[in-house]
Amino acid sequence: MPVESVESVFPRLEALLPHVQKPIQYVGGELNSTVKPWDECDVRWALMYPDAYEVGLPNQGVMILYEVLNEREGVLAERTYSVWPDLEELMREHKVPQFTVDSHRPVGAFDVFGLSFSTELGYTNMLTALDLAGIPMESKDRGIDDPVVLAGGHAAFNPEPIADFIDCAVIGDGEQAVLEITDIIRAWKAEGRPGGRDELLLRLAKTGGVYVPRFYDVEYLPDGRIARVVPNRSGVPWRVSKHTVMDLDEWPYPKQPLVPLAETVHERMSVEIFRGCTRGCRFCQAGMITRPVRERSITGIGEMVDKGLKATGFEEVGLLSLSSADHTEIGDIAKGLADRYEEDKIGLSLPSTRVDAFNVDLANELTRNGRRSGLTFAPEGGSERMRKVINKMVSEEDLIRTVSTAYGNGWRQVKLYFMCGLPTETDEDVLQIGDMAVNVIAKGREVSKSNDIRCTVSIGGFVPKPHTPFQWAPQLSAEETDARLEKLRDKIRGDKKYGRSIGFRYHDGKPGIIEGLLSRGDRRVGAVIRAVYEDGGRFDGWREHFSYDRWMKCAEQTLPEQGVDVPWYTTRERTYEEVLPWDHLDSGLDKDWLWEDWQDALDETEVEDCRWTPCFDCGVCPQMDTSIQIGPTGKKLLPLSVVK
Amino acid sequence: MQRIRLRYTKRGRLRFTSHRDFQRAFERALRRAEVPMAYSAGFTPHPKVSYANAAPTGTGSEAEYLEIQLAETRDPAVLRALLDESLPDGLDITDAVEAHTSSFADRLQASVWELRLEGVELADAEKAVAAFMAAEEVEVQRRTKNGMRTFDARGAVTRLEALPAPADRPGDGACAILRLVVRHLTPAVRPDDVLSGLRATADLAPPVPAAVTRLAQGLLDEESGTVTDPLAPDRDAAPAPPTAAGPSAAQQVPEGSA
Repeated sequence: MPVESVESVFPRLEALLPHVQKPIQYVGGELNSTVKPWDECDVRWALMYPDAYEVGLPNQGVMILYEVLNEREGVLAERTYSVWPDLEELMREHKVPQFTVDSHRPVGAFDVFGLSFSTELGYTNMLTALDLAGIPMESKDRGIDDPVVLAGGHAAFNPEPIADFIDCAVIGDGEQAVLEITDIIRAWKAEGRPGGRDELLLRLAKTGGVYVPRFYDVEYLPDGRIARVVPNRSGVPWRVSKHTVMDLDEWPYPKQPLVPLAETVHERMSVEIFRGCTRGCRFCQAGMITRPVRERSITGIGEMVDKGLKATGFEEVGLLSLSSADHTEIGDIAKGLADRYEEDKIGLSLPSTRVDAFNVDLANELTRNGRRSGLTFAPEGGSERMRKVINKMVSEEDLIRTVSTAYGNGWRQVKLYFMCGLPTETDEDVLQIGDMAVNVIAKGREVSKSNDIRCTVSIGGFVPKPHTPFQWAPQLSAEETDARLEKLRDKIRGDKKYGRSIGFRYHDGKPGIIEGLLSRGDRRVGAVIRAVYEDGGRFDGWREHFSYDRWMKCAEQTLPEQGVDVPWYTTRERTYEEVLPWDHLDSGLDKDWLWEDWQDALDETEVEDCRWTPCFDCGVCPQMDTSIQIGPTGKKLLPLSVVK
Repeated sequence: MQRIRLRYTKRGRLRFTSHRDFQRAFERALRRAEVPMAYSAGFTPHPKVSYANAAPTGTGSEAEYLEIQLAETRDPAVLRALLDESLPDGLDITDAVEAHTSSFADRLQASVWELRLEGVELADAEKAVAAFMAAEEVEVQRRTKNGMRTFDARGAVTRLEALPAPADRPGDGACAILRLVVRHLTPAVRPDDVLSGLRATADLAPPVPAAVTRLAQGLLDEESGTVTDPLAPDRDAAPAPPTAAGPSAAQQVPEGSA
């Protein structure tokens, strides 16, 4: 083995592994993982999903970028995940730095340290990783040899709370963006790194597609609101654009999905069947920021499933998207795959199904080769009025018709998802969730002629998100959320006839308030994140690690001196004039359109889906020079040559 | 229904694979290699695989065993190569034999283990080994699911010796190798229990965790204290290959004497 300029930390890590839980998660060596020779590459990426390996490994975003980068000559990408506190303690004691699992190189040795944030609750884990890596926690303290710390993922659409800790952020699809960034870094390094770190960041910022917080000054009004956000360097754009990949068939990643040895949360071959969603649910950040809808073709999907199963040996195929039954050829896709894999006992799953897009033929295809588990739908709002406010255009009739078909065809279990704390919501709106569940059970008993059926109601607290029509909305306080949910629980439990057939699962309102603080926060919230990290905060997405009291204590220590507090960020309603912390990050959505949609919500006016009706001028397509890409193509799944 | 017995390894960093992890990895490898598995009946059919006596998580092994049942007949050597190719490096399939005998699990009577003790002088290891072997009984404790358990670690050990480290090993400083033969009893005595015993009898306390590897499993030859290949009886009982011109004299002898 040739000696490489950066040594593996594995020999030192190995000595610690017998003392930690589930050591396999730290050793790498997954099927389809890639290790490239360090010294033969000139641009090196460390990619992190800032949560435990079991959650991070199946993440499609990281898997895609890992493959896209490693396919490039002279470029390598390795993965790193959050280490659990037991290993963190040992690593600190024995001075083992944050490492990649592929070849156990220290994260600090890479050119780029890219983090994918699906949720804001990974922020403290980023600080742990930076500290373990020996990278200065704040961007301003980093030197020329430190990696460029880059944030991506949905939470990066408002990176202001972590503006001090990251060097830059990219919003939107990463496939092309990482290659463009790679080229800029390669050129800068080849020229002998002129102008140091500052010059590199400036080159990235000037593309208009990389946000570098240090090149923007935030000015505040006396009342705490933002006055304006201004570029402080010439050539840096006023607004930074999101990236959009057109033609998903040209990006059939992951081609070789990683197969872990350790157990992870999703063990299946996932294929993204389309990206984007224009159903227009007003609470849904994912649907707003990933527009327009771009379908992968039926033949493209067939090929990815075929190759992916051969490369992995998985027993289940997940057809992913924000609302999978909305693919224009979903029926043919499901039937084609069920036919093709009938003998191989490969199951199919469709994680997100709308009530109005469900049909029993589709459901039967999905369960043909596998188990018939429960059905899950998300009406989100309990009352018809509430569903108009959030633009989830599903009527109670639709729902009852769908579940009665399901119960009539042998399903015994239906799960319903709702949100509590939606704008304009009253106790009565939430209590109607109980009525809906009762109606579902009553209809179910009638059509199945059995009392052995169940309906589980699952409720989460609503958190207003940036780049949605609800970005101006007041969040419901934790106390009011809890009180409302208790009333609903009592109502369901008190129902003598149907109560025992209805399961009730809910989360208390406290974590939602912290998520709200981080979602709509500005740069001043960074001090809270840092204080929480220093106080021991880790793994905030995990119930057993999250501490509301710690977050509130740290917020009280850091925010008042800046004239703001947690309610100011969460339960306060914003006005039209207010400059929002993420206004200079351009998701393509026209702010005036979002405001009109917010007003429509308050008027209980619905908006249709632009796939089937004329354009509503949300602004994305003209602003981003993109367009809707949907079928049907009329093609068949795949001409398969079965030679065994 | 063809049954094939396989010997596999857990090498290098993949020794941290738990048995459950290995099971998932193996069943996926079966799918990738398109092995025509027999499936259990029932609501959720499972491929028929039986595992025997897996080494603990974190322990390397050169001698793990399992048996699979096929729906169609396959050449064991071809199957071995296919499966080995399909598994990650470190989980290697090193042998495959068609089953011609019963009670395979009963043939796994004892294991040969090797423990590398970094930072331990050979003389200290030798002294500890002598003290341990001289004792009739060595009581040790281990934390189990049901709390602390106390048991004898000496009785199961039929052989224990200290050896110098090979000259070509990485690193420098003191290092001693322990090689031991342990009978599979209940409660099972594991290599770390023997280390606890060495600490109890002679204060042997390695500064870093021992690197432990199972070298062999099989029938225990009480006299020589060695362990024999558990797949040998299946190999011996195999009918002569049909491609050969005829059974050779050498092969006829054991058949006639059986």
